[in-house]
Amino acid sequence: MSNKSGRKHEPLIHITKRASMVWYKAWIVRAVAIVAALLVSAVVITLLTKDNPVEVYAAMFKGSFGTERKVWVMLKELVVLLCVSLAVTPAFKMRFWNIGAEGQVLMGALGAAACMFYIDDKIPNVALIAVMLVVSILLGMIWGMIPAFFKAIWNTNETLFTLMMNYVAMQLISFFIMIWVPNGSSVMGTINSATESGWLPSLFGQKYLFSILIVAVTTVALFIYLKYSKQGYEISVVGESENTARYVGINVKKVIIRTMAISGGICGLAGFLLVSGINHTVSPNLAGGVGFTAIMVSWLAKFNPIVMILTSFLIVFLQIGAGEIATTFRLNESVADIVTGIILFFIIGCEFFVQYKINFRSKHKEEGHA
Amino acid sequence: MQENAIELRNITKRFGNVVANNNISLSVKKGEILSLLGENGSGKTTLMNMISGIYFPDEGHIYIDGKEVVISSPKDSFKYGIGMIHQHFKLVDLFTATENIVLGLKEKGRFDIKIAKGNVKEISAKYGFALDPNKKIYEMSVSEKQTVEIIKVLYRGAEILILDEPTAVLTPQETKKLFKVLKRMREDGKAIIIITHKLHEVMAISDRVAVLRKGECIGVVNTAETNEAELTEMMVGKKIELNIQRSEVVNPVDRLVVENVNYYDKEGIKILDDISFTARSGEILGIAGIAGSGQRELLESIAGLISVSSGSIKYNDPVTNETEDLCSKNPVQIRDLGVRLSFVPEDRLGMGLVANMDIVDNMMLRSYNQGKTAFVERKEPRDLAERIIKQLEVVTPSATTPVRQLSGGNVQKVLVGREIASSPTVLMAAYPVRGLDINSSYLIYNLLTKQKDSGVAVVFVGEDLDVLLELCDRIMVIAGGRVSGIVDARTATKEEVGFLMTKTDGGLTNE
Amino acid sequence: MLDKIIAFICAAIVQGIPLLYGATGEIITEKSGNLNLGIPGIMYVGGISGIIGGYLYEKSTADPSAVLCILIPLLACIIGSALMALIYSFLTITLHANQNVTGLALTTFGIGIGNFFGGSLLSFFGESGSISLLTTGKYYTTPFGFSIGDIEISFGFMAYLAVFIALATSFVLNRTRVGLHLRAVGENPATADAAGINVTLYKYLATCIGGAIAGMGGLYFVMDYTSGAWTNNGFGDRGWLAVAIVIFALWKPKSAIWSSFIFGGLYIVCVYIPGLSSATKELIKMLPYVVTIFVLVFTSARKKREHQPPASLGLPYFREER
Repeated sequence: MSNKSGRKHEPLIHITKRASMVWYKAWIVRAVAIVAALLVSAVVITLLTKDNPVEVYAAMFKGSFGTERKVWVMLKELVVLLCVSLAVTPAFKMRFWNIGAEGQVLMGALGAAACMFYIDDKIPNVALIAVMLVVSILLGMIWGMIPAFFKAIWNTNETLFTLMMNYVAMQLISFFIMIWVPNGSSVMGTINSATESGWLPSLFGQKYLFSILIVAVTTVALFIYLKYSKQGYEISVVGESENTARYVGINVKKVIIRTMAISGGICGLAGFLLVSGINHTVSPNLAGGVGFTAIMVSWLAKFNPIVMILTSFLIVFLQIGAGEIATTFRLNESVADIVTGIILFFIIGCEFFVQYKINFRSKHKEEGHA
Repeated sequence: MQENAIELRNITKRFGNVVANNNISLSVKKGEILSLLGENGSGKTTLMNMISGIYFPDEGHIYIDGKEVVISSPKDSFKYGIGMIHQHFKLVDLFTATENIVLGLKEKGRFDIKIAKGNVKEISAKYGFALDPNKKIYEMSVSEKQTVEIIKVLYRGAEILILDEPTAVLTPQETKKLFKVLKRMREDGKAIIIITHKLHEVMAISDRVAVLRKGECIGVVNTAETNEAELTEMMVGKKIELNIQRSEVVNPVDRLVVENVNYYDKEGIKILDDISFTARSGEILGIAGIAGSGQRELLESIAGLISVSSGSIKYNDPVTNETEDLCSKNPVQIRDLGVRLSFVPEDRLGMGLVANMDIVDNMMLRSYNQGKTAFVERKEPRDLAERIIKQLEVVTPSATTPVRQLSGGNVQKVLVGREIASSPTVLMAAYPVRGLDINSSYLIYNLLTKQKDSGVAVVFVGEDLDVLLELCDRIMVIAGGRVSGIVDARTATKEEVGFLMTKTDGGLTNE
Repeated sequence: MLDKIIAFICAAIVQGIPLLYGATGEIITEKSGNLNLGIPGIMYVGGISGIIGGYLYEKSTADPSAVLCILIPLLACIIGSALMALIYSFLTITLHANQNVTGLALTTFGIGIGNFFGGSLLSFFGESGSISLLTTGKYYTTPFGFSIGDIEISFGFMAYLAVFIALATSFVLNRTRVGLHLRAVGENPATADAAGINVTLYKYLATCIGGAIAGMGGLYFVMDYTSGAWTNNGFGDRGWLAVAIVIFALWKPKSAIWSSFIFGGLYIVCVYIPGLSSATKELIKMLPYVVTIFVLVFTSARKKREHQPPASLGLPYFREER
């Protein structure tokens, strides 16, 4: 915006990119953003419920930590989101916008469900689970590699491509449900409810513990892969500058396809967990938009798998908390999405203040030119 | 017809502590072509940017048609009838010529592209341009794009035209056509400023020449009363002693033999034209030339980043005494042949280093793939980083600081340090001291000399002739993608090299 | 047989109208270089804003007038959707936030708003049941028909409006100075900036106007298609189909018209083909997406410049980074 009078060769507000911001300052900015977001959400919720916002947040906390069962449910939600967030991370680091995680998860789920349905108790349960795992990961990989292949050879827009692949995967699941469910119903009941074939076993009496452990291992593995492996290093170089990759002779196409295979493979693993470890059934809405949320989780964590535990916890906590508010105050459960949205907007917006510096024109300079 | 269209009085512009233009006064009359001559970094573009409203002068006055004006934005510049044709075209590829020409105009009345097309045709006919107003930019040759840019400023009613190195991208035939058009514009009473390095073009087209050197205006002379030798001397100035240590060449062996290399870029323009030379061990071969004469492409083709259209690049291995062909091999293949080739590219943070990675990770760029495990080895790179920080006195908080946060000189030390650390047999460096302060520059010169003394074949692309003459053993001069001469740096004069740099056989001088 | 085909075509058009609004809105947005993946959320908000406006008006008066019954929801829809697009614009244009992340967050937020108010609006006023605006719905569904031979064809006014907006958009983009400038902003913002075009203003306006038009797709769905009734998640994935049409139509509003009808047809064709198993029906529903993928791959392979997305699509523009 320029001032009307005088010379406008120097704008009033001048925005420049920062060289860097000290890490703790950056985190202070982010913390302030989250607090501000919670305040705005509190105002919104208070307007809707006409209740004390403190009580509202207490209810939120109770939603995640109220009982032991609630903690396990929260952990279950957490690991699914975390697993998919991990999956999209290598691709993002490479600046490949994989917003098709949803579809890759669904393909993994479909693979696991198909194995459960067709093999059932024909082979020992351990073998079946192993087969399911392999099939899930492979299907996720294929679903991820298709857009990567076209990106590598023709530079096809991967954002739109992966987005479309989601819906193809959803319809494929609907198709198989129609085949598998005899009475023409579109709902697949629990698979193998009698034999429990292909179900991940409970550990120490906890149904979800096995899945939680698998994701924990994946988190550490991915952290090591990205930080310490040669391939992880190549991903960083390609993501930062293709010109540099060329300079040192990295085969960019190969890296794109390989990385998307990994990304899709981990999504497939998440699909496997959803079917084998958690739901024991499959539906087109099984992933419930987790692919999109995962993008935000990964992005908020700045692609660091360990930080992702925190960011995915933040999102899950908000969603469950908002759900709890909805039941406590007899509101619609969609309030969770609204609160999530508000908080995301604030966090997305605050990055600007981390990356850019706002300089106001000094009076002195203005006089100097007049 | 003798009044000044534009006059600059005592213009000064500083960037921080650097004085880019110091007290410059110039004028151009209507119906006159003024050449602005000067080396890279002499302040020509800064001066022109102040006329076109991109920068604002710290001191001085600008007069248009005798009246003082204030130009504080490109819009003001349009208003006073000034049109600048930049070296990098600002055109929308997908649009037609006409659409680009009328882009941004806020004329009254209904928008009708047909009327605009008619106007474009009229201007084309008036000055003798050959332009199809319906042709899309992406289908155009460079010279056609330039035509669009020129018509764009004429369409806006420009009376003063500034052309920034317009012939750098043109073939001799296209240059001839451009000059014909410029002469027509001169007859039409336009004032034209043309920035160029090519002396024969200065002689062929301009009425007067203004020479800039290191931000100062050295003089303005009538073209008819001068010659190329005088202009060269004005441009490069007297030789300055730098006291760079230069050792004698010991047992030179042919290390890199480049023969008849040709290279065409994506748009089919010939960038390298039949280049042949030999780089010897224990010797610094300087490459001089106006920026953009093909230096970058030459080094990149040797390093395996681009593949040449024809010619051969041979490497003589000092250990096995075998000769390897480097043509159409990528950097990894070249390394696998056992060729120890190091390359300090011009674009440090965009190519040589990864800006967001720390010094340690940047050390691994070339070596990360060594070792048999799937994991990178960070111990050696860390030691190397510490060693380089200590030996080259890199100012950095730590070895784990992203290189983006280092100053230009320190970035360059990190890059050069890494490239030297792999004990190369050939070391190529493109503008390694650009943007560096005196101390860092001398440190780099000493490093290069040390490499030479240890038997490395060093190729040094530079822009400062004084440095080239004192640092190198031989200097190859490139002009317009061709080798215009290879001289002995110990005996050659600055004028000689400067003359070779501007010697493109455009055939214009013969007219 | 013929009447069946005609019935199918009409149904396809009805299905295609919300998609056409969404696609036209997204084309305008993308022409400015903004890839707004918040469109599905915006369409939900467009629908629910109209519902809220209509509900409040019907509640406030015993004798609702036809004009206000149409204007109030329409205005509410435009304001609601434009506000959503404004959030997106502020974050991506002014704060340089990533477009994909912002868009997806907007979709989460928008669908949340739609379903929240859809599910709770009545309870705020101490009523129960589900929302059904009969009067408003009646005015919106009033058919305007014509006949070809003895076959009657009729649609509500918003169907015609959708086609008109698409044609008008095409005209503005290709024949006016504003359109030329907008396309320049999306293709090469630095050049547009140098030519004196206010890049920020164009991006804001295109995104907000595009958002408002897309939101009208949600309004058509709730007011005409479902005659004033709201069901949570009733709009389904149509928002993403609209994004797909933009690709399929190669960023041309005129092509979006027939593309929308084709996609609308593909969405329901399985109901009209006799003897299909329910499994095959699901496969047919996959077609719009598969076809879009083929178009995407095919155009990127052919590299015809006119068929590519706007060159700066998805990238932020920051003058200092040139």
